Amino acid sequence: MTAKQTIQLTVNGRAYEETVEVRMTLADFLRDELNLTGTHLGCEHGICGACTILFDGEAVRSCLLLAVQADGANLMTVEGLAQGEGLHPLQRAFHENHALQCGFCTPGFLMTAVAFLQETPSPTEAQLREAISGNICRCTGYAPIVQAILQARRGG
Amino acid sequence: MKPAPFEYFAPTDITEALDLLARYGDEAKILAGGQSLMPLMNMRLARPHVLIDINRIRALSHISLDANGALAIGALTRQRAIERASLVQTHYPLLSAVMPSLGHFQIRNRGTIGGSIVHADPAAELPALCLALEAEFVLRSAVGQRTVNAADFFRTYLTTAIEPVEMLVDIRFPPWQAQWRWGFQEICRREGDFALVGAVAVLRMDDDAVCQAARLTMFGVGGTPVRPQRAEELLSGQRLERRVLDQLASVVAAELEPDSDIHASAEYRREVGGVVARRAVEIALGNARGHNER
Repeated sequence: MTAKQTIQLTVNGRAYEETVEVRMTLADFLRDELNLTGTHLGCEHGICGACTILFDGEAVRSCLLLAVQADGANLMTVEGLAQGEGLHPLQRAFHENHALQCGFCTPGFLMTAVAFLQETPSPTEAQLREAISGNICRCTGYAPIVQAILQARRGG
Repeated sequence: MKPAPFEYFAPTDITEALDLLARYGDEAKILAGGQSLMPLMNMRLARPHVLIDINRIRALSHISLDANGALAIGALTRQRAIERASLVQTHYPLLSAVMPSLGHFQIRNRGTIGGSIVHADPAAELPALCLALEAEFVLRSAVGQRTVNAADFFRTYLTTAIEPVEMLVDIRFPPWQAQWRWGFQEICRREGDFALVGAVAVLRMDDDAVCQAARLTMFGVGGTPVRPQRAEELLSGQRLERRVLDQLASVVAAELEPDSDIHASAEYRREVGGVVARRAVEIALGNARGHNER
């Protein structure tokens, strides 16, 4: 087997075909090859949640996947949330509730919340807090983030 | 580029994967969900020369129940799929109830049952559950197949009975018994983290509230999950009154031989081990609220 492979995948509705080194992580691929730098890398070993994306609809850590594993997959990153200038309801709720300060963790929280609300449209606050427990924020604090997601849950 | 260079194979059937293992042996690592291996590779604590990615082998992902009620789960089955499976919820309640404690849901979406078992982190829930439920592991190599009991499988920290040329393909749980009562309890710093200490209690109670048989499994207390024998003997044949439960905590604490690490001291684990064992038994008896308070 070669150290490089060609993969085909869909990201935010757009089809790509790229040749990648087999050891490249999916997170690095999104950022460095596709220029989708909205996916952030914090710890790079699956703890901080900043690199969370949707992989065939499920929230996953993109730092713990190889780009070659996404061959044939349908991905969604934070860049896929807004429609042109119109923010996604979750993004709007984060903005309105001051749920971000430096913004580093925000893409991971948003993608986690998108997946969580799809599966649990009317969560309790306790369920929501558990769902975001795999994402670390080091400046805003979690209270505004919880408020924002609860607001988005109610339809903004 | 985080991981060191490796050769990459993505076989689509089991035979192909086993042939690769036969060829590369301990130079190769199997990549399943990647929730333990990928962090190790990103930090270059693991530098396999060959990576055998089994995620495209569909035959490794399945959940089935036989006529006797024994449950078989393919090694690549995602933890989240097990948690969501109505078959498991109905016929193996302990297994589905504990699944959410394994890790954050993003981790469980990728993490597999086999990956967690083979990784054998002593603080992980699945190895402890397998020990408590007396599960069997089906290991295959290019030349044959063998079955190993959970009790013989876990050797020490991150070390199991599996040979470099073998792959875990199936996890088999004996039929769930209607008279079993169970409790699960663990202490974590955050939801979804590895446990500092945890306990699984499975009790067979008769109609007179006498405990006919007790299985108590402790994890996060040493190199492997353990079943403290004196504690199990203490419970068997007894009405589990307060006096017995009080004694249980100290018997467990005396029997454990935990280590200290950056997360907790040995003394803490021994003391809290006794407490979580008692709570797990109380939960099994229905004396305490909630199955998994932290």
